Amino acid sequence: MQELITRAKELLADGTVSRVLGWKKGDMGWDPEPAYFEKEEELENFVYNPFCGANLSKYLIAAGKLEGTTLVFLKPCDTYSFNQLIKEHRVKREKTYIIGVGCHGTLKAEKVRDAGIKGIEDAVIDGDTLKVKTIYGAKEMPLMDALLERCKVCKGRTHVIYDELIGAEEGEEAGPVGLAGDRFAKVEELEAMSPKERFAFWQGELSKCIRCNACRNVCPACSCLKCVFDSNQFDSNQKANADTFEEQMFHIIRAFHVAGRCTDCGECSRVCPQGIPLQLLNRKFIKDINTFYGEYQAGADTESRAPLTDFTFEDVEPGIVGERGGGR
Amino acid sequence: MQVENTEFRPKIVAFCCNWCSYAGADLAGSSRLAYPADVKIIRVPCSCRVNPMFILRAFQRGADGVILCGCHPGDCHYTTGNYYTRRRMTLLFSMLDYLGVENGRTRVEWVSAAEGVKFSTTMNEFVAKIHELGENVRLEDLRCKN
Amino acid sequence: MHRIGVFVCHCGTNIAATVDIDRVVAAAAKEPGVVHAEDYQYMCSEAGQLKVREAIKEKQLTGIVVCSCSPRMHENTFRQAAQRAGLNPYMVEIANIREHCSWIHKDIEEATEKAIILARAAIAKVMLNAPLTAGTSRVVKRALVIGGGIAGIQTALDIAEAGYKVDIVEKTPSIGGRMSQLDKTFPTLDCSACILTPKMVEAAAHENITIYTYSEVEKVTGFVGDFHVDIRKKARSVDMSKCTGCGVCQEKCPSKKAPNEFNRGLDKRSAIYTPFAQAIPNVPVIDREHCIKFKTGKCGICAKVCQAGAIDYEQKDEIITENYGAIVVATGFDTIKLDKYDEYAYNQSPDVITSLELERIMNAAGPTKGHLERMSDHKAPKSMVFIQCVGSRCADSRGKSYCSKICCMYTAKHAMLIRDKYPDVDVTVFYIDVRTPGKNFDEFYRRAVEEYGVHYIKGQVGKVAPQGDKLLVQGVDLLDNKRILMETDMVVLATAIEPNPDVRKIATMLTASIDTNNFLTESHAKLRPVESPTAGIFLSGVCQGPKDIPETVAQAGAAAVKVIGLLAKDHLVTNPCVAKSDTLLCNGCSSCEKVCPYGAISYEEREVNDHGIRETRRVAVVNSALCQGCGACTVACPSGAMDLQGFSNRQILAEVDAICR
Repeated sequence: MQELITRAKELLADGTVSRVLGWKKGDMGWDPEPAYFEKEEELENFVYNPFCGANLSKYLIAAGKLEGTTLVFLKPCDTYSFNQLIKEHRVKREKTYIIGVGCHGTLKAEKVRDAGIKGIEDAVIDGDTLKVKTIYGAKEMPLMDALLERCKVCKGRTHVIYDELIGAEEGEEAGPVGLAGDRFAKVEELEAMSPKERFAFWQGELSKCIRCNACRNVCPACSCLKCVFDSNQFDSNQKANADTFEEQMFHIIRAFHVAGRCTDCGECSRVCPQGIPLQLLNRKFIKDINTFYGEYQAGADTESRAPLTDFTFEDVEPGIVGERGGGR
Repeated sequence: MQVENTEFRPKIVAFCCNWCSYAGADLAGSSRLAYPADVKIIRVPCSCRVNPMFILRAFQRGADGVILCGCHPGDCHYTTGNYYTRRRMTLLFSMLDYLGVENGRTRVEWVSAAEGVKFSTTMNEFVAKIHELGENVRLEDLRCKN
Repeated sequence: MHRIGVFVCHCGTNIAATVDIDRVVAAAAKEPGVVHAEDYQYMCSEAGQLKVREAIKEKQLTGIVVCSCSPRMHENTFRQAAQRAGLNPYMVEIANIREHCSWIHKDIEEATEKAIILARAAIAKVMLNAPLTAGTSRVVKRALVIGGGIAGIQTALDIAEAGYKVDIVEKTPSIGGRMSQLDKTFPTLDCSACILTPKMVEAAAHENITIYTYSEVEKVTGFVGDFHVDIRKKARSVDMSKCTGCGVCQEKCPSKKAPNEFNRGLDKRSAIYTPFAQAIPNVPVIDREHCIKFKTGKCGICAKVCQAGAIDYEQKDEIITENYGAIVVATGFDTIKLDKYDEYAYNQSPDVITSLELERIMNAAGPTKGHLERMSDHKAPKSMVFIQCVGSRCADSRGKSYCSKICCMYTAKHAMLIRDKYPDVDVTVFYIDVRTPGKNFDEFYRRAVEEYGVHYIKGQVGKVAPQGDKLLVQGVDLLDNKRILMETDMVVLATAIEPNPDVRKIATMLTASIDTNNFLTESHAKLRPVESPTAGIFLSGVCQGPKDIPETVAQAGAAAVKVIGLLAKDHLVTNPCVAKSDTLLCNGCSSCEKVCPYGAISYEEREVNDHGIRETRRVAVVNSALCQGCGACTVACPSGAMDLQGFSNRQILAEVDAICR
């Protein structure tokens, strides 16, 4: 972490960048939050630890409109989001200085606390173990029990775009604990259910939605200046929580709008205060896109055509859904 | 006392592209090829004009089935519109299926201007399927149904 | 405040017999916003239209709904009526209660209910209609004809005669097309070259016609009135301005192994060649695939013998870019490949030939100098069998489902010519039906049978088997109900014709639609037979469907008239139902641009004032002259910034809501 601060100070001092976008200490040791640092002394509050789950790429849309260059710290999976935003002309590459930071997984603070660890001040990952510094002394727990779901199926430790790397090496591939799980396992589990069970599952999950819009606000793909659900274009504004279908509609359309653009960063699931596994909607689209139109990773590059703005003459027909065992 | 009519009359929205399917529906009409009156057609310039929002909205407002008809792939009046439709609807229908909505409630069919028979057959089949599935209780917003 | 008028048409009894008109009028009148509702027997009639116009004026209507037949039928009629009464023509909506209601439902209760719902949907939509004004776009007064056969030549001549510039693009080294390969034409038996060549010369000499031979259309952008076309002029390796057409190079060329396409591969030609003696332009091309100079670097004889110094081995393909107001497709046909028809032994015996090959054999400039002889041993045949419908009217996937239309007549012609010139040759024709609808056609066929003694047998041939130097033909005679086994010297197959295979590529470039058989689709099978559904694209000749020469020439003229009608205008009125981007909602993400088939969307850095926030944003801009209004962009746009005028999101949602109400 000190290395990051030192480098940030250097870049601020020599005028390469006008500000630093990183994480600062929160009120608690487990809730660091995204922050701008414009002066060297402010960097004293800078923090980077496994609690820094927030994907900073979306902030660069706003940062691109500010004077001067912004230094940003991006974890491997965050760089996919940034690339995708370049493709959509939303961020300015030339006004961004990217330091790719190493990542060994990010934590779900609730899980650490649920394990009985209180008074958290800091944490480090040491192999399979999470070492937590608390006001009551050092504690340990198995890393797997503390990770965010998304990190258990990490798509790799490679930064797809950066100016320099700190604490990471080019072309690293393995997941956080050396085992990248199958990210579609839960999707497949749902697919195997009967439609009635699936409906019950989603009814249960989506009815928890309070339309706080946290998923939308954090999602790097949900970067519309004005969301359709806030405009009168589809006569769908001001309907938050109006009826049971509204949430379903909101989440289906949200997932559809980011289909082919979602990098599977998992921020939606991370921030949902109701704990709705929103990533399962996006992953369903990703899985279908991979199956029907060939493997596609949004944000892996800045040029390729997104699957929904592309086609081949031989694409499958929508009837495939029924043929594959849809129906009642 | 009013006698309750228990017969199920499905509400079915059919989006038809102006150039092929709507003309196909016209041909079904001029050939007097009957299909149930439950089907109501909305004319769009191209199947690619159909936003998933329209389909969800129909379900929200109590539709029991939504069918989308366009020119055959390769014959789109706008050359490529229906290819995008095909991808969008494949993904949307798969998602609806994933959410537990009966897959039979959504359908895409390519109907050319010359296929009045196919239009009529398709609509008859689709309505029969909706009858089989019954009322759309899973998706509709009860408050919107009168 | 909306003031909507609803007009319900009886269409005689077409609607009124199954829809209770009074109930529809009453229901429509109760809809919010509706201030006027009435019915009439024939709303489209002058009297009906007068009612509409009067109501618009008297009740100061802001929008009207006509419940009648399909909008494809009379939307324009009522738009014009509205305009005459001072109402914007796009404030009109049609509820289709005939084709989509009264004609398909028998139950009056059901049909009436549906008609009311359809009316409601149209009322809900019209409330959200906005007055639209059609824009204009320029018309480039130059036409492009793709294909230099008789269809293309005739179209070009007619357009040129009207005073407009025309360019012909022909893929092969000469114009002339299939007709130049024919020997005689039915039913008059006049020499094909004698009637075609003067037209070719006329086209070449016409001051308004430019001919690009050995050239192909490479890229087409733009739209009706203003197409931008890239034409690839393939390297001819001969300087057209220097060549005198003396022909010495062809004589001296040592490479004479290339199959002669013009003679359907029945003989060989030199590597430097003109396809036929009357070729226009009379300038040879070097077939680089067969040229020794290009293959080995040695030779160069043609350059040595050319006194004009026209040979240019260094010549490169050239791209010509030109703008056109209209494009005519006249790409013609070819005969189908016979690979799937092993039973006729076409690939086993050189004495089984297609009719087009016979055409070359009969021709004085053909491979046999016009002598009827077998290709295997050059002996004169004593007996010939013609087999009809080879690949035409075919029930399975090997051939074509359609009738090729010309075969019955040219077979009668062949049979007659052979019997006339070689009375000792016995000619038998196997047919499914003899189809002779055309002026003097049946008389012609009957002459073949009655005066020339051609044997016609109704029945199909099951097998042709080479046996020694003979061919054994097995068939059936359906009229006598007996099997036939006969020996013959030559078999001629009336091979089905199909659109030139290149037409798929061309149709894609032009965004013109083609049917399952690759024939270009006409805009309306009866009423607009020479227009493609894509504005500004016209069809001439067999690319649209099988035709004989007079029909082709007639259609070529018709296509020319349509082109002339278009080019006579200085400006075109554009469709105002096009996409429009809301600058304040646009993210500038480029999704819409990627799905636009017309390249109508571009991006601009634009100064915006978003509720007090002033900034420069990258926003999508639609070129309304290029946009055709498909709406693909509207769904690609996640923020809803892109909307389609006339079919807006809110309009369609209003229809959905009204139907599901």
